[in-house]
Amino acid sequence: MAVQNIIKVAARRREATLGFWERVYIFEVVRGLWITTEHFVGNLYYHILKLFGIIKVHPLTPTIQYPEEQRTLAPRLRTLHRLVRREDGSPRCVACMMCETVCPALCIKIVAAEGDKPQIEKRPKSFDIDMGRCIFCGYCVEACPEDAIRMDTGILDIAAYSREGMVLDIDTLLSLQPAQRRTDKEVDELQRRLLQ
Amino acid sequence: MLELRGIIDAIWSFIVGLLAGLGIPQWAIELVGYALIAVVMFGVVAVIVLFLVWWERKVSAKMQDRLGPMRVGWHGIIQTIADAIKLLQKEDITPKAIDFPIHFWAPVVTFVAAFMVYVTVPFGKGLIVSDLSVGVLYIIAITTFTVIGLLMAGWGSNNKYSLLGGFRSAAQVVSYEVPLSLALLGVIMISQTLSLGTIVTQQDNLLKWYVWRQPLGFLIFWIAATAECNRTPFDLPEADSELVAGFVTEYSGMKFAMFFLAEFVNMFTASVVAVTLFFGGWMSPFGPDFGPSWMWFLGKTMFFVFVLMWFRWTYPRLRVDQLMGFAWKVLLPLAFLNILLTGLGIYLFDGLK
Repeated sequence: MAVQNIIKVAARRREATLGFWERVYIFEVVRGLWITTEHFVGNLYYHILKLFGIIKVHPLTPTIQYPEEQRTLAPRLRTLHRLVRREDGSPRCVACMMCETVCPALCIKIVAAEGDKPQIEKRPKSFDIDMGRCIFCGYCVEACPEDAIRMDTGILDIAAYSREGMVLDIDTLLSLQPAQRRTDKEVDELQRRLLQ
Repeated sequence: MLELRGIIDAIWSFIVGLLAGLGIPQWAIELVGYALIAVVMFGVVAVIVLFLVWWERKVSAKMQDRLGPMRVGWHGIIQTIADAIKLLQKEDITPKAIDFPIHFWAPVVTFVAAFMVYVTVPFGKGLIVSDLSVGVLYIIAITTFTVIGLLMAGWGSNNKYSLLGGFRSAAQVVSYEVPLSLALLGVIMISQTLSLGTIVTQQDNLLKWYVWRQPLGFLIFWIAATAECNRTPFDLPEADSELVAGFVTEYSGMKFAMFFLAEFVNMFTASVVAVTLFFGGWMSPFGPDFGPSWMWFLGKTMFFVFVLMWFRWTYPRLRVDQLMGFAWKVLLPLAFLNILLTGLGIYLFDGLK
């Protein structure tokens, strides 16, 4: 009984909010068609502008066609690691094990070796990062006293066919480049200025 | 101009010469001709339908701020072909409890009935397979045939959802058939003929379109035709949210594809009838022989197909009682009123004839 009353009250309230022209329905039908027309014509207009390269971003359709189009990444976003080189090309890493120690996911494995120059005491013989375990926390970057590891490559699509394939070795990590076209020297300069 | 009839005649006379040269008798050549016409008509309509499926997806995407198919071909233009190939190679699952012959033949009946309409459709100047003297009647009769297929699918599937879908479609199509036929009667009263070819040639410019003399008739026809095609807002037979997939619930693979394609063929048919009877068919609006006739026909028809899609992506579905009430309480009296007004008009202004 109570349910019946609620339905009745709701129906009365709904009818009360409809005016005469809305209950005639035919004008509301046309108004509905107009809404879809607005979307259709607007989308088509911007799609044509985009097709001819007049605009870059479609203001109505937010879809990004992923492999061809990609979002612009924030500069501080943590992406795939890379190892930074010295000016002579050797790795900056001194195999201090700070990053391996701080890593909460235990994904860094460093084997240290004796340095080949008198001023370099230690160097990494191997430096493996297991990307299947990495949680992208960025602690390794913060822990590094030599600024030898950075997460600025802009690479996010890390994939492999096996678990072993997800482990990146020292050569791969050294070969990666930063996403922004800045050299390591420029980054150093920038950091020095920011710290002053 | 760029009329197709001349090209077709030239090709046909070449084939006749070739076959006669091989010593094939006259009756066999005629048989080959009929078979060729059937294959070509099927091919043309099938290609149009494949295009319509892609178009529907693109139009709906644009109305909902999406992109639609983008990967297969230029802006996904051959997506439908890829889908059709996928459906062709899919396993055809046949449930155990079905009534096999009925379940098996239902998609065939629907598909064939949908394509049979095109026997009497004038595609352009001289592009008509057979200009039947009872063309309008034939189209009404054949389009109603579809409902038998849907009912067979619903009954043969041995599934409650399918059965409900089949019943709904039977009730809906039979109900809307009445105002639809009565709405077409107005045009027939004015044109004094049932032949589609003649009705088209009578409307040889913009002012002679029958829609100006039959606005109410066109409105009734168009609403009823939307319901006949089982399209939103009248898509109760396959209401996904209520009936799983309605009468196609137990179908898979190519049988499902046949229902799907038949639905799009029906959509095209509804637009074809609207264009032929109310908007001058293949006649150009600016007097005779202005541009190729088949292009006028296709252009007008595609516009009406677009209107059907437009309806689909705008309106929510009706309730069953609303649907039936609308057909019998609103459209039917209006259709009778339209016939009365048409008769009165013909009586009062002889020039209207």
